[in-house]
Amino acid sequence: MTESQDPATRPARPIIELRDVEKYYGDYYALRKISTTIRQGEFFSLLGPSGCGKTTLLRCIAGFEELSGGALLIDGRDMNGVPANNRPTNMVFQSYAIFPHLTVEENVGFGLRRDPGTKAEKAARVAEALEMVGLKGYGKRAAHALSGGQRQRVALARALILKPKVLLLDEPLSALDKKMREQMQSELRKLQRQVGITFILVTHDQEEALIMSDRIAVMFDGEIAQLDSPERLYRRPVSRKVAEFIGIMNFLPATVVEVGAEQVALDVGGLGRLSITAEQCPGGARTGTASVGFRPETMTLLFEGDPEPTRARVAEGKVTEVVYYGDMTYYEVLLDGVEKPIQISMRNVVGRPVLQRGQRTRVAWDPAALVLFG
Amino acid sequence: MKGRGFRIYAIAYLVFLYAPIVLLPIFAFNNSTIISFPLVGFTTKWFAALSDDTSLLLAVRHSLIVAVSVSILATTFGVFAARATTRYDFPAKGGIMGLIMLPLVLPDIIIAVALLGAFTNILGVSLNLFTVILGHTLIATPFTIAILNAAFQSLDRSLEEAAYDLGETKFSTFRLIILPLVAPGIISSMLIAFTISLDEYIIAAFLSGAGSATLPVYIFSQFRFPQRVPIIMALGTILVCLSVLLLTVAEYFRRRGIAKAGGKDTGGFL
Repeated sequence: MTESQDPATRPARPIIELRDVEKYYGDYYALRKISTTIRQGEFFSLLGPSGCGKTTLLRCIAGFEELSGGALLIDGRDMNGVPANNRPTNMVFQSYAIFPHLTVEENVGFGLRRDPGTKAEKAARVAEALEMVGLKGYGKRAAHALSGGQRQRVALARALILKPKVLLLDEPLSALDKKMREQMQSELRKLQRQVGITFILVTHDQEEALIMSDRIAVMFDGEIAQLDSPERLYRRPVSRKVAEFIGIMNFLPATVVEVGAEQVALDVGGLGRLSITAEQCPGGARTGTASVGFRPETMTLLFEGDPEPTRARVAEGKVTEVVYYGDMTYYEVLLDGVEKPIQISMRNVVGRPVLQRGQRTRVAWDPAALVLFG
Repeated sequence: MKGRGFRIYAIAYLVFLYAPIVLLPIFAFNNSTIISFPLVGFTTKWFAALSDDTSLLLAVRHSLIVAVSVSILATTFGVFAARATTRYDFPAKGGIMGLIMLPLVLPDIIIAVALLGAFTNILGVSLNLFTVILGHTLIATPFTIAILNAAFQSLDRSLEEAAYDLGETKFSTFRLIILPLVAPGIISSMLIAFTISLDEYIIAAFLSGAGSATLPVYIFSQFRFPQRVPIIMALGTILVCLSVLLLTVAEYFRRRGIAKAGGKDTGGFL
């Protein structure tokens, strides 16, 4: 069977399998019975706040930490007892870990020391790796004289030259400034598609994870809270905690009145009686008190002269805060009958005024944008 | 003018420090056995006498054997201890390190008496160069640990992990990555241990048995004979020149090490 080069049509063969993976230090559980599968060729992110276990999990896959329980398989092979220097994984470290006493090409070619190839073959591979990361001609430079972005590229070339089955990236962009980071995000994504190697990225930056990943595992307290595509994660978070971690989510108190097979009837403070589909309850639904969430961009402020919305419903409230971002304006609006203001973001359009603080406003909203949290 | 007082103070301080040392070469070339002004005349005979003095050359030989052994032993122990404290956690780490560093503040005379008692009365070992080496290693090791700790601490742990991750073994990682990066620290440590041992008197006086006197012990014994003093001056002159040379070499390696690793120079001995 030949593998397709296009990740979209490549068969989803598992490259890493985690079975009840546990890691504890004394009484402290860093990882609690994690079971999941990472697919060959995907860009997979471990996202979570510091201390959630994402780096521990990455280090367990790399072989720097031993599992306390469970099993870890890479390409079908049990990694129990296999040390880091014998695993088909390579790592890009947060500090880049460039060997300061070596040149760029000595750094990149470091992993080839035990390779049986000739000197010329190795030199060609180093040159190829440097070209791949956009550092052609930098080979003879001293590694410590490079800029942050260049070090990052050297670290990437050094890890990729061994053609690992999985490339592990531990917060690789956190030390770069914003511009450089955004550039590297898109370059990393392109590079991953080009080489077809599975990338596992650890990050605490939800935006970075959304931009780069095929799938994201959101972790809290040593457990995976949700594993989904970036879009599903943003639109249908399974819990308030996940929703709060990814972007901005407004919450309104609600009461679940009736749970049907396809429809769920709710009473939402400030919005009134409505019904949503079961698909809008990713965490499940049962009658009683609950809350609904919606993203700031799913609600629209109605200006005078705007046509009456046909599909959406309308609520009323007062603008309590206005933050102008240039392309967008963020409003805080206190809906009638609600205690806490909600956030609404509006794209700024030519000819449309920005509302002022204290103004009354009408808000158009669509029940299809709501998510229910138990 | 403001700051004039400080300038006078600084000059007076430097004179106090170095004027006695300047006396060494002056009287080493003075054609008289009496150490006083006015000078009598120029001679190099004291240096000639120095090279003929077999018991003095033997003491130099002893001192070099001891100092080289101590620099190697104390630095080896220092590497182990520094590596252990900077990388691993173990029970009673603070207490153990405190005990290892204690000789730094313990009076040498106490160490000397204690070791003498232990060697001769308890263990029944006869005193020789080996006992001096042990004593000097004991007092030099805290210094080497202090120097090597700094060297190991500034080493990013990911560097080791990266080398290991790229297929090297623990041992080859140590050889290829850690050792080259801490090499300046190791050289500094060996030089310091060497210097500490070379000019140590009290422990050497207690622990060197008959016929194994080190240089400081021998020099002190020679001051009883006035006619020997100019020879000591000649010896002192040579030692000062060697010290300056040694420090220059050490500083050269230290700066080169920092430049090679791309670090920032935070000031060294010179």
